[in-house]
Amino acid sequence: MTRARQVHRRAVGSALALSVPAMILLLLIFAVPLLRLLALSIEGGSLAAYEKALGSELYVQVFLGTFKIATLVTLLTLAMGYPVAYLMATSGRAWQFLGIAFVLLPFWTSILVRTYAWMVLLGRNGVINRTLVSWGVIDTPLPLLNNEAAVLIGMVHVLLPYMILPIFSAVRKVDPTLVLAAEGLGASRLQAFLRVTLPLTMNGVVAGITLVFTLSLGFFITPALLGGGRVVMIANLIEEQVRELLNWAFAGALSTILLVLTLAAFWGISRLARTRPA
Amino acid sequence: MKGVDLRIDSVAKHYGPVVALGGVSLTVAAGEFLTILGPSGSGKTTLLKVIAGFEYPDAGHIVVGGADITDVSPAKRNVGMVFQNYALFPHMTVARNVGFPLQMRGVPKPELRDRVFRALALVELQGYEERLPAQLSGGQQQRVALARAVVFDPTLLLLDEPFGALDRKLRESMQLEVRRLQRRLGLTTVFITHDQEEALVLSDRIAVMDGGVVRQVGTPDEVYERPADDFVAAFIGESNLLAGQVAGPDRVLLDGGASVTVTDLDGGKGRVRLLVRPEKMVIGPATNSFSGTVVEAVYLGQAHKLRVRAAGGIELLVRGDRPMEAGEEVTVGFAPQDAHVLRGSA
Repeated sequence: MTRARQVHRRAVGSALALSVPAMILLLLIFAVPLLRLLALSIEGGSLAAYEKALGSELYVQVFLGTFKIATLVTLLTLAMGYPVAYLMATSGRAWQFLGIAFVLLPFWTSILVRTYAWMVLLGRNGVINRTLVSWGVIDTPLPLLNNEAAVLIGMVHVLLPYMILPIFSAVRKVDPTLVLAAEGLGASRLQAFLRVTLPLTMNGVVAGITLVFTLSLGFFITPALLGGGRVVMIANLIEEQVRELLNWAFAGALSTILLVLTLAAFWGISRLARTRPA
Repeated sequence: MKGVDLRIDSVAKHYGPVVALGGVSLTVAAGEFLTILGPSGSGKTTLLKVIAGFEYPDAGHIVVGGADITDVSPAKRNVGMVFQNYALFPHMTVARNVGFPLQMRGVPKPELRDRVFRALALVELQGYEERLPAQLSGGQQQRVALARAVVFDPTLLLLDEPFGALDRKLRESMQLEVRRLQRRLGLTTVFITHDQEEALVLSDRIAVMDGGVVRQVGTPDEVYERPADDFVAAFIGESNLLAGQVAGPDRVLLDGGASVTVTDLDGGKGRVRLLVRPEKMVIGPATNSFSGTVVEAVYLGQAHKLRVRAAGGIELLVRGDRPMEAGEEVTVGFAPQDAHVLRGSA
């Protein structure tokens, strides 16, 4: 064995040893409950729960709705997040710092508080409606809350940082002289962006999409509070089964299906990213 | 393909209180290879960016082939540039990199492929079309950058210290190759470097810059043999600068007390400095002789470099053809016509 390979082997060995505590933790708090869940869903060796979940129009609709909302949220955060990330990454140090501070600020408050804040803003007697009525723009309050739009607004708000941060770090890694070179070679600003900056930041975009999409699939609090029971996502369905109907087997089946779908989405996105032409 | 002339007219640029360019005027003839030589911070890179259109000057004009392009965007200038780090697009193959400027100009596909092929042949990189930049050596990357900069028949070729990252041998062969290519295409070329040797080898003319102004413009032998001031003298090559007072039509009394004969005075008076290049110094008696001790002797391969300390605190660099030891007593000197007279304040 060559010396270099010996060194490499030793590095891999110590890295493995150092990751043991984290692996044990993950195993205990993640893998074991997951397996318990799986066991619950096939209680008594029956697949009835899965048949019910996948066979009924109602539940399939919920799954499709969940994917639709996750897709919309991902597209919206991408459309809103990329420009912000680009602006942050291409401005001076002070602005960059300020930008990161503002993006991270919401993490200091609980997701519950942020969602309630949207209820205060969007409610029938909320800030927006009262302002519009007092200005005479509208006569009767607009139905801003308890619908899909409200859920989208709340989810986009919560998930935007997960899109901005990976794109920000990808844009920052792009050598600015590449853009200058493209412009010097005859590319307009838009062409330089589309042909050079965007392809070179695709890894950040893919990371952001993966994070936001998979997080969206399991969202619970925001649809529960801002959807007012009219927007049901899988997580809300699971909660209902456990808390109100005590149907652990069905909840377990739904969870397992959600997990499989999330992993499939994850795999699909990364596959798409890899086959992207250079 | 024929180059056009470039005129840089009183170009000035400030960054806050810092003067990057203090009114620079230069002309480059069609097909000429002009080197802008200067230390870092001399403003040479800023000047190149202004020519390329990446920086907008506070004052002045850039005129190419009679047309004022000061307000024209970089994309519309038709200027080929090779960047210091080559700036190849890492996600595109060699062929796509070289084809990029043609694609931006809407050149149809078959013609594009043909021109990319010819440009790669020009830099001897046929067969590398499908490689990515990361799969190429530094020299090959440089050739790709060069092919990309000339493939669209630019009016000007700008080179921003392109040889800095190459090792010495490769650098020398690339320098000659660039020069050959430039002559063959007849491209008006502006080359930026801080390496005086490179400047002397490559250029038709050299503009020496310092502190945002051009100190001297001239052919390589002009700036080397007859530098305009102390800065140019010291920056290009090694030099002995001897300060003194004119004492007669052909006499200068040096500050150390020695008196020397020179031919270049032209009736001037007052304080002067004499520039004598180390290779003009001779070992042994001469018209202007100094006796002293060797304080340092360096073997250079093709020559020996000596530092000789003479009376009156004068130190002289001498390029000799025989080995000597530190501590040896020696007489060195120079002929009257080998001293170049510099006037004005030091």
